[in-house]
Amino acid sequence: MDPNHTISASATSGSDFGGSVFDHVVQAPEDPILGVTVAYNKDPSPVKLNLGVGAYRTEEGKPLVLNVVRRAEQLLVNDRSRVKEYLPIVGLAEFNKLSAKLMFGADSPAIQVKRVTTVQCLSGTGSLRVGAEFLARHHHQRTIYIPQPTWGNHGKIFTLAGLSVKTYRYYDPATRGLNFQGLLEDLSLAPSGAIVLLHACAHNPTGVDPTLQQWEQIRQLIRLKGLLPFFDSAYQGFASGSLDADAQSVRMFVADGGECLAAQSYAKNMGLYGERVGALSIVCKTADVASRVESQVKLVIRPMFSNPPIHGASIVAIILKNRDMYNEWTVELKAMADRIISMRQQLFDALRARGTPGDWNHILKQIGMFTFTGLNTAQVAFMTKEYHVYMTSDGRISMAGLSSKTVPHLADAIHAAVTRAI
Amino acid sequence: MASTMLSLVSAALPLQENHKGKMNLGSSDCSSFLRKEKRNPFMKTKSFGRINMAIAVNTSRFEGVTMAPPDPILGVSEAFRADNSEMKLNLGVGAYRTEELQPYVLNVVKKAENLMLERGENKEYLPIEGLAAFNKVTAELLFGAGNPVIEQQRVATVQGLSGTGSLRLAAALIERYFPGAKVLISSPTWGNHKNIFNDARVPWSEYRYYDPKTVGLDFDGMISDIKAAPEGSFVLLHGCAHNPTGIDPTPEQWEKIADVIQEKNHIPFFDVAYQGFASGSLDADASSVRLFAARGMELLVAQSYSKNLGLYAERIGAINVVCSSADAAARVKSQLKRIARPMYSNPPIHGARIVANVVGDPALFNEWKEEMELMAGRIKNVRQKLFDSLSAKDKCGKDWSFILKQIGMFSFTGLSKVQSENMTNKWHVYMTKDGRISLAGLSLAKCEYLADAIIDSFHCVS
Repeated sequence: MDPNHTISASATSGSDFGGSVFDHVVQAPEDPILGVTVAYNKDPSPVKLNLGVGAYRTEEGKPLVLNVVRRAEQLLVNDRSRVKEYLPIVGLAEFNKLSAKLMFGADSPAIQVKRVTTVQCLSGTGSLRVGAEFLARHHHQRTIYIPQPTWGNHGKIFTLAGLSVKTYRYYDPATRGLNFQGLLEDLSLAPSGAIVLLHACAHNPTGVDPTLQQWEQIRQLIRLKGLLPFFDSAYQGFASGSLDADAQSVRMFVADGGECLAAQSYAKNMGLYGERVGALSIVCKTADVASRVESQVKLVIRPMFSNPPIHGASIVAIILKNRDMYNEWTVELKAMADRIISMRQQLFDALRARGTPGDWNHILKQIGMFTFTGLNTAQVAFMTKEYHVYMTSDGRISMAGLSSKTVPHLADAIHAAVTRAI
Repeated sequence: MASTMLSLVSAALPLQENHKGKMNLGSSDCSSFLRKEKRNPFMKTKSFGRINMAIAVNTSRFEGVTMAPPDPILGVSEAFRADNSEMKLNLGVGAYRTEELQPYVLNVVKKAENLMLERGENKEYLPIEGLAAFNKVTAELLFGAGNPVIEQQRVATVQGLSGTGSLRLAAALIERYFPGAKVLISSPTWGNHKNIFNDARVPWSEYRYYDPKTVGLDFDGMISDIKAAPEGSFVLLHGCAHNPTGIDPTPEQWEKIADVIQEKNHIPFFDVAYQGFASGSLDADASSVRLFAARGMELLVAQSYSKNLGLYAERIGAINVVCSSADAAARVKSQLKRIARPMYSNPPIHGARIVANVVGDPALFNEWKEEMELMAGRIKNVRQKLFDSLSAKDKCGKDWSFILKQIGMFSFTGLSKVQSENMTNKWHVYMTKDGRISLAGLSLAKCEYLADAIIDSFHCVS
């Protein structure tokens, strides 16, 4: 800007004289999670390791497109009768039906009595956002309780949707496990009708899940207090390798006849990350309520993106409705889950072999894509600087980004971080 | 709260059969949980009674949710599908149809998809701002490849979910960084515009646009209203092929619009959903945007590839913010990302790749231009035939030439709400209640039937 030139106080619609209506817009920091990959990409080191974002990598460190997905895509592209007309606001009907069955069980009574409305949304994020916007408009209690810690994007999604965000205790750093008493205490103090965010399985970032018995107690407390559960299901099938096992928590809350919301993502379990495929289900007391709720959810979607993208949903629908392809998918899914479990074992063994101080059993006990290492921000920064290991500053590492070849390097880095003199 | 629970308990509440047993089990489990809880200091015994009532509550949390009306535009197609008449005609939503009234997937799109499949690309997350190759070509398509705004890196381009999603990102940016600033929208405009600004909590008001007397542009009204608006308002302009009227300003009128916008320090905000589709020429259809950019103005432009590349369901578009400096553009882009992340994290890849492949490959690009000319050409032919049919059949001598003067997918017939309903109820012609018909859904073969319907509705219904 020319210091000799007087800049008027009012917003100008831009000129050659340097003033901008956007002068007051500051540079936003990089997203803490996605920004890890940005930083990783900038690093020239040949030994760099990206354990930031939860995207599956093969043993060769490459992204993976499932065979069954490629086959489904081939079918789609070769089908000359396919068109690209707008989907309905709620998305691809077949996809919605199949997603609900996957989530709640093919024989779910709730589906049979039509008390579930399922709408296609933009992966997990989009499903959470649409669900939250609906609740902010139509639910009398606009407070949502999220676990501490939780996925970094949760708080922002809910705040922007118009909900007020509170936390409940979840992770216990002392045991590196679940702070169950704290969870029960905090939820029992929540006002009636408050919304509770629950990770259906493979809690992100901690990998610490309640046991089935604990889930039952949580369910009872939630029903007792009249709280409204909102499930985030981003890892169905990916956590244990079994689609049904990973849906148990959600199904418990549907089986008792009560209401809940569930956000589903196919980013990880079908490797459809960039296609942005997901679904929001709202389980209501009755079919009549579900139908009215759906009509209002459409009013949230229309001014946000009008109707959802067809490609990813079509892939999912083809796979889910075709017996052979569905089976092939479950096999590929289990293989991914198993590889991650073996990485856990390898990392644990490598740390033991190095005599790294500390109890590293949590690496084996935690479930899903991530390990909450327990490393602090200083240690994380050290590992990035000295060992070119990229992870989020809360100490979360994506096991999906590890391979047998890179485990030793990571173990070295952790060992160095834990034993250094600072 | 307590009184609500009392009334809920006393109401007759149906218990679902398979849950009867479970409810009892639940109660006893809750009592035992309570007993456990009594051992814990946080649980007070006096709350025991309230908790019992909580278990018995059996109505929905969403009981008070009312049934929303169907979307006025997308709801038309739903109604059309439900109609069994052989004569039915869908002139509702603006989706291109062939002469055989079939949806159309462009050849270049099929070619691009085949190429993509052969390459076997991965499905990793895009960056929050979208596919870089797409962002590059979309800005170039809009402003022209060598345009100073691009060379000087003054455009912040972020991939969005077609036109709607791109408008929404911009609206959120306005709400956050220009609190209280109004968006001026044309009267009439696309029905979803006001919904987008309402949900984004951006105030809006209308400027005069359509003149029913001339079935043309109320230019003086438009200029007057833009002038009267508070300084620093955002003015939403349709880049070409105004929706729903099909009435565009002339180049001279665009200059005057730019004058008054600059005078009032307003910020132009273009919605470009039909580039290439209106006249058949990509450059001609971008001339309004380029005129403003050439004046050194800062502006916003939302783009959509739904119509011009037939990628409706892929949801591919972009928001472009032209700033006076590269630094401002970088900052604006970073803030657009901050808006996208809690909305959907990052945008879908498929449509973006298709566009990048088509626009980025000279052979495919040329082929695209040819296909677009064919689509725009078909619509022009249909306009002519409809005009000819109306003129021939209308005994009252009404001047139907406005149909030829309007441009793009739509024609604003001038039919009232009641008359439009007659079109549907009597003639099974589906259209929006504002009198808008989508010529993209009309075939030459159906022009005479439509002419009959319009004449009947116009002259015999009031």
